[in-house]
Amino acid sequence: MPNSVLPSTSQAVSLWRRLTDWGATGFAILAAILVLAPLLAIFVYLVIKGVGSVNWAFLTQTPKPPGETGGGMANGIVGTGLILAVASLIGVPLGIGSGIYLAEYGRNRFGDVIRFTADVLNGVPSIVVGITVYSLIVIRQKHFSAFSGGVALGIMMIPTVARATEEMLLMVPNVIREAAYGLGIPRWRTTLSITLRTASAGVITGCMLAFARVAGETAPLLFTAFGNQFWNLKLNQPTAALSLQVYTYAISPYDDWHKQAWAGSLILILLIVGAVAAVRITTSRGMMKGS
Amino acid sequence: MGVGIEVRGLNAWYGKNQSLNSIDMSVPANHVTAVIGPSGCGKSTFVRCLNRMHETIPDARAEGSVKVGEMDVYGSGSDPVDVRRRIGMVFQKPNPFPTMSIFDNVAAGLKLNGFRNRKQLNELVERSLKLAALWDEVKDNLHKKSGASLSGGQQQRLCIARALAVEPEVLLMDEPASALDPISTSKIEELIFQLKQHYTVVIVTHNMQQAARVAELTGFFLMGSLIEYDKTEKIFTTPADKRTEDYVTGRFG
Amino acid sequence: MRSRFQQGLDDLKERLLRMGGLAEQAIDRATEAYRTRDSKFCQMVLAGEGAINEAEREIDELALDLLAMQQPMAVDLRFILAIVKINADLERVGDQAVNIAQRVLDLISEPEIDLPVDIPRMADGVSTMVQRALESFLDGKAEVAEAVLQMDGIVDRMKDEAFVVLVQKMHEEPSCTRQALDVLLIARNLERIADHATNIAEDVIFWVRGADVRHGGAHYRE
Repeated sequence: MPNSVLPSTSQAVSLWRRLTDWGATGFAILAAILVLAPLLAIFVYLVIKGVGSVNWAFLTQTPKPPGETGGGMANGIVGTGLILAVASLIGVPLGIGSGIYLAEYGRNRFGDVIRFTADVLNGVPSIVVGITVYSLIVIRQKHFSAFSGGVALGIMMIPTVARATEEMLLMVPNVIREAAYGLGIPRWRTTLSITLRTASAGVITGCMLAFARVAGETAPLLFTAFGNQFWNLKLNQPTAALSLQVYTYAISPYDDWHKQAWAGSLILILLIVGAVAAVRITTSRGMMKGS
Repeated sequence: MGVGIEVRGLNAWYGKNQSLNSIDMSVPANHVTAVIGPSGCGKSTFVRCLNRMHETIPDARAEGSVKVGEMDVYGSGSDPVDVRRRIGMVFQKPNPFPTMSIFDNVAAGLKLNGFRNRKQLNELVERSLKLAALWDEVKDNLHKKSGASLSGGQQQRLCIARALAVEPEVLLMDEPASALDPISTSKIEELIFQLKQHYTVVIVTHNMQQAARVAELTGFFLMGSLIEYDKTEKIFTTPADKRTEDYVTGRFG
Repeated sequence: MRSRFQQGLDDLKERLLRMGGLAEQAIDRATEAYRTRDSKFCQMVLAGEGAINEAEREIDELALDLLAMQQPMAVDLRFILAIVKINADLERVGDQAVNIAQRVLDLISEPEIDLPVDIPRMADGVSTMVQRALESFLDGKAEVAEAVLQMDGIVDRMKDEAFVVLVQKMHEEPSCTRQALDVLLIARNLERIADHATNIAEDVIFWVRGADVRHGGAHYRE
């Protein structure tokens, strides 16, 4: 039965509608391209500039003294790994823990204060975090260290992980929790084994985001890890980091070092992408997907 | 075997609003008892007070005496977690744990309470799924399929199996078939009828025909009070209270 | 939903009362036939049977539909059950009226004999019972139905007296055996109609009070 309230569509109206539809779709595609383009551009540029300098020597040798050609950033690669490991050990548990508190127990004034604090911490300039850790740890210990570098980066990870955890936990429907309570499972157990487990995919994504963000940070490491020309695997010694080395080489006057800086940047990006991919693959294997 | 439930002077509040007024009710063991009434009458609140789920809502509290068998649910030494272990609950919308397999779903209550023996777990899971009339449909895919990949009716039976796995004495069901199609509903009703051999069942339903089909006793709640509680046949053929009659004949609610 | 159901219930009630009217009319016409010895009244009763049977069929069908489609409870359920039972009783009343009309046709073909049995008075009593029973149904008044139950005893006595008198007459004057037998059968038909009126009254009490008062007892649900 024809609807008498809506006017019947004339040819002109339906043509106009189709054009608008195409226009909107085109605009959306354009927006997506605009977002991806810088990302691709950076990556392609890095590859072009850096791949020439990535060789076995680069990946296995420590830096040569200034002026000499050759050498590599092997110690930076390892050092970055070490520092990020420490950072993750600090940032992930504290972040997830805070997220759990905020979602499950902190729906109150105190929780709001914590949330606000986390947001502020998120906005603190990375160099300020570096200087703070410098005065709290480095000065006390009287030496630079991978540990302090890890602490600085870990602190920066916390707000992202906490907020992501909170959001994902809140998205778990309350009926799931109720089902667990109904089975006589205590609240803490429910939170860890049921609620968190249900939200795990999103929580892991949050951790990955935080990880990727701090992996490339340079400023906080300036006064904490400090950098090192040589190998160091001890946590209480100054340690090389890829981001620091890229910084140092890039502002140096040596051409060879410039090339190595490009290589270092490329390696850094590849390492981050690799780490994220590895985590994705291993965690999705153990997870059951809902229908 | 099931046990009886004795409720005396049960009152419940949501914040300042009283939602249950001094309820007295005796639920006999190994029977199906239905609780009916219009929306907001307190029937869900009542049932959730029986296993202390009511107090999990912020600002909600309950007072009074609820004895399930020998267990004094609101007694001074009573632990809510323990109460809930002995009184199972099935909810309106099927809620299997989404990231777990069928097996893990049924075993969840056991595993998360420290039960680890592999062989016994397998046996208990099989027994629970058989009790819930779901075993034949899922026995080949226990570990491969997730709980959430089943159909609505199967999911609800999975939730029933999960509740039964911890071997409660009483089973509370809050409108268990309201989200299901008629065939699944019929299967669930058939199941409830079978379950009463082993358990005491209390079922909340807004569907009077369902109460008439499955329950031996029916209680009619209105605005937080228990108006009439009697054999189901009496409630639906010659109810004593006019309000009950108006409700069951569809004149209101 | 409720109003459609209520319409169905009202429709059922109206039809049953109309059928009751047809049954009462049949009784009155049969009685009139006996009093006036005019066969046209007998023909009217015989012709009217079809309508009563048709009404019974329609009411049963409607009641069945309402039960299936509306799942009535409590008083509504008792009401429909009562309607189905009263329906059957009214149809039987129609049958009995037909039987009486046939007996009267037979009497008309015989020479008129004066018999010491007041059939019209008995018929009036029975007709009143049916009328009151239907009234109690119309108004839903159990007290009126109870009054009908009281009247059954009187009709039974009238039938027994007629029986004794007629048997005596047949013994004394064998030539009027045929007529006496006809009248005896008419008395029995009237007594059966009274029983049906009693049934109707019991069904009304069941509907209104939920009590089963058949067979002389009063059975309320525990």
